[in-house]
Amino acid sequence: MQKTIAEINERIKKGDAVVVTAEEIIDIVDKKGVSQAAKDVDVVTTATFGPMCSSGFYFNFGHSKPRIRAQKVWLNNVPAYGGLAAVDAYLGATELPEDDPTNTIYPGAFKYGGAHVIEELVSGKAVQLKAISYGTDCYPRKEIETRISLNDMNEAVLFNPRNAYQNYNVATNCSDKVIYTYMGILQPRMGNANYSSAGQLSPLLNDPLYLTIGIGTRIFLGGGIGYVVWQGTQHNPCALRGENKVPKRGAGTLAVLGDLKQMSPAWLKGVSMIGYGVSMAVGIGVPIPILNEEICQFTAVRDAEIYAPVIDYSKTYPQMESDVLCEVNYSQLKSGSIIVNGKNIPTGGLSSYAKAREIANILKEWIKKGDFLLTEPVINLPSIDSGISLKPLNERG
Amino acid sequence: MKKRVVLTFPKQTIEEPITYHLIRDYDLMVNILSAKVNPNEEGRMVIELSGRNKRMNNGIEYLKGLGVTIQSLAQDVTWDEQKCIHCTACISLCPSHALSVDRSQMLVSFNPDRCIVCGLCLKACPYHAIEIQF
Repeated sequence: MQKTIAEINERIKKGDAVVVTAEEIIDIVDKKGVSQAAKDVDVVTTATFGPMCSSGFYFNFGHSKPRIRAQKVWLNNVPAYGGLAAVDAYLGATELPEDDPTNTIYPGAFKYGGAHVIEELVSGKAVQLKAISYGTDCYPRKEIETRISLNDMNEAVLFNPRNAYQNYNVATNCSDKVIYTYMGILQPRMGNANYSSAGQLSPLLNDPLYLTIGIGTRIFLGGGIGYVVWQGTQHNPCALRGENKVPKRGAGTLAVLGDLKQMSPAWLKGVSMIGYGVSMAVGIGVPIPILNEEICQFTAVRDAEIYAPVIDYSKTYPQMESDVLCEVNYSQLKSGSIIVNGKNIPTGGLSSYAKAREIANILKEWIKKGDFLLTEPVINLPSIDSGISLKPLNERG
Repeated sequence: MKKRVVLTFPKQTIEEPITYHLIRDYDLMVNILSAKVNPNEEGRMVIELSGRNKRMNNGIEYLKGLGVTIQSLAQDVTWDEQKCIHCTACISLCPSHALSVDRSQMLVSFNPDRCIVCGLCLKACPYHAIEIQF
């Protein structure tokens, strides 16, 4: 049995396509068997909603009269990168306001940053735009300060270089004092453990070998439509995998892009991690076309079959060491506690499973209504045969 | 009768052994849930009082007489469901299980009656969905 994306799109246009979420496919495969399920189901929707630091948007704010080159740019006092053409800039989600006290009074609160500016903009609010420059014959102006909203901008494009991590560490703290990390507050002596993946709903865990998700894949991004534009930074397809081919460590990542003007504050949210910094929760939904039984079998993966490493964030992680305390699966993580070295540890999530489920259902409705067609990848992402390995930084004198 | 209250007391009452008097003079059971008492600063204590109605009222009158403000716990902490994304980052930190998760739906809920106003969730919530008013 083999289907093509073109055939599936024909069924979507007619309103005949069978679309289910990555949760629903589990039961279908259980009841009907993979062979029948692959025949019956056309598309499985996957999703994730959690902090994804490597996010931001580039924008063009239009030329003032007289013109300014805008060498340095701020939105609500948060610096944007202006080292591009005149009046183009990129605002990163984790960027902090110029006057943020960071961790001077430890742990810092990090109440506001680039991600919060983005959330305000997609909420329809205007923000303060400030730019300075050195003045040239063609761009004489040296300073500008005004209000600007998303509608005033010529282009505003969300462009996230590393999103949708295929699996992630479970963080705990083996030291004797509280630590404040990008994985949340970790209590001493393994007082708690935090994880960050949608597990059985997560896009790349449902297509572990990147058979369908590739460059050009159309996706749900921040409430609008976006695209996978490249493998993400630190894409590491050769990471340790189980017999089911599902990575047991952080592995693949996606670089994604989409029109910010279509997006919604419900699916792009500023994140404040005490003692660490600012990040942005990004909502991503990826459709997987069920082209054959192999792909169908992959989408039927369940939480109990997906393992993640428990890592000590007081020492192993910051010191770039490789010890893994143990492996646990997402069914255990979601139960509220795991056992590490004989100790029962309460768990907390950073990625919202409830919101991921909501996105998977929204994308399902879009496809069923015929509003959202699937795309053929222009090229596949580098996979297990790529020979890619993550390089640490070698410091040279 | 059982009551969980937040006591805020001015710095001049710091020297006063309040719990001792509540126990000995008013025959109340006092369970200290959290306390922050520093010299030269306003003190704050979350306690659970249990005892007979009349004794409880007398004890509370005694506290008021000292200039201690008494607030019930429920008014103190608010959980904004609109801001909450149900990530569950607060869950493993909440010592009294006031914040809990419906595991079938993975949805967070907040029960103010169980809250001891320790403030841990406030720091842990990346979305500022929990606020404390004093």
